Amino acid sequence: MSSTTPARPRVSIQTEDFDLSAEVAALRAGDGAVGAVTTFIGTVRDRHAGQPDPDSALISAMELEHYPGMTERAIEAMIDEALRRFDIRAARVVHRVGPLAIGDQIVLVAVSSMHRGESFQACEFLMDWLKSEAPFWKKETTPEGARWVDARVSDERALARWGIASTNASVPAP
Amino acid sequence: MTIQIRYFASLREALGAGETLALEPGAPALTVGALREQLIARGGAHAEVLARGRALRAALNQTMCAETAEIADGAEVAFFPPVTGG
Repeated sequence: MSSTTPARPRVSIQTEDFDLSAEVAALRAGDGAVGAVTTFIGTVRDRHAGQPDPDSALISAMELEHYPGMTERAIEAMIDEALRRFDIRAARVVHRVGPLAIGDQIVLVAVSSMHRGESFQACEFLMDWLKSEAPFWKKETTPEGARWVDARVSDERALARWGIASTNASVPAP
Repeated sequence: MTIQIRYFASLREALGAGETLALEPGAPALTVGALREQLIARGGAHAEVLARGRALRAALNQTMCAETAEIADGAEVAFFPPVTGG
């Protein structure tokens, strides 16, 4: 890293779109030890698992809300943990908020490492954690109206593989 | 003592973005769960969306917390539905 270049943020929460190539170039820039980059992009889908049932309405738009301050800090902590667990060089998370259309990019997780295994694992670890513990909320619009998306227990199970317990979707009823 | 309450997503739609709550000086330490009870006791939309048995999460000073967490003067407490990012 050049000492004249200000450190790039590891986490960005933004309304605007992101450019995968530019993000990967920046992640790798100035680090000759990088031999692998793994990226994940989540996009806005027009249906849920199990659809399309011919009678069910497809999703036409999505809106995302976050908790300014907490969301960034939570993801920063996840990246710190990824750097502890895996032999990776750097990681970057971009998450969009606000109104989005079908096919739009929602989230980018990018990880660089010397060898592929560690960046594959760290990328999945970060995405699994983000799904159950980063404060974002999705609201989807269908021809039947707008509704908040329910959390999924399957996301909790994905996170449990890494030894991290979450009760996001399975909140015990007190 | 004064605390800041914030709501997000469906709770924000029902209750607004939040409020500043002044608590009586000398009142016993308040937990996040006890605060939820106080808000439920207001009735109306508060009682409905914060009701026991509804899936809710809470954060204290912008960190996820259990309802046993104790609230200090000046704290920021947030209530919101389970998260659904990504």
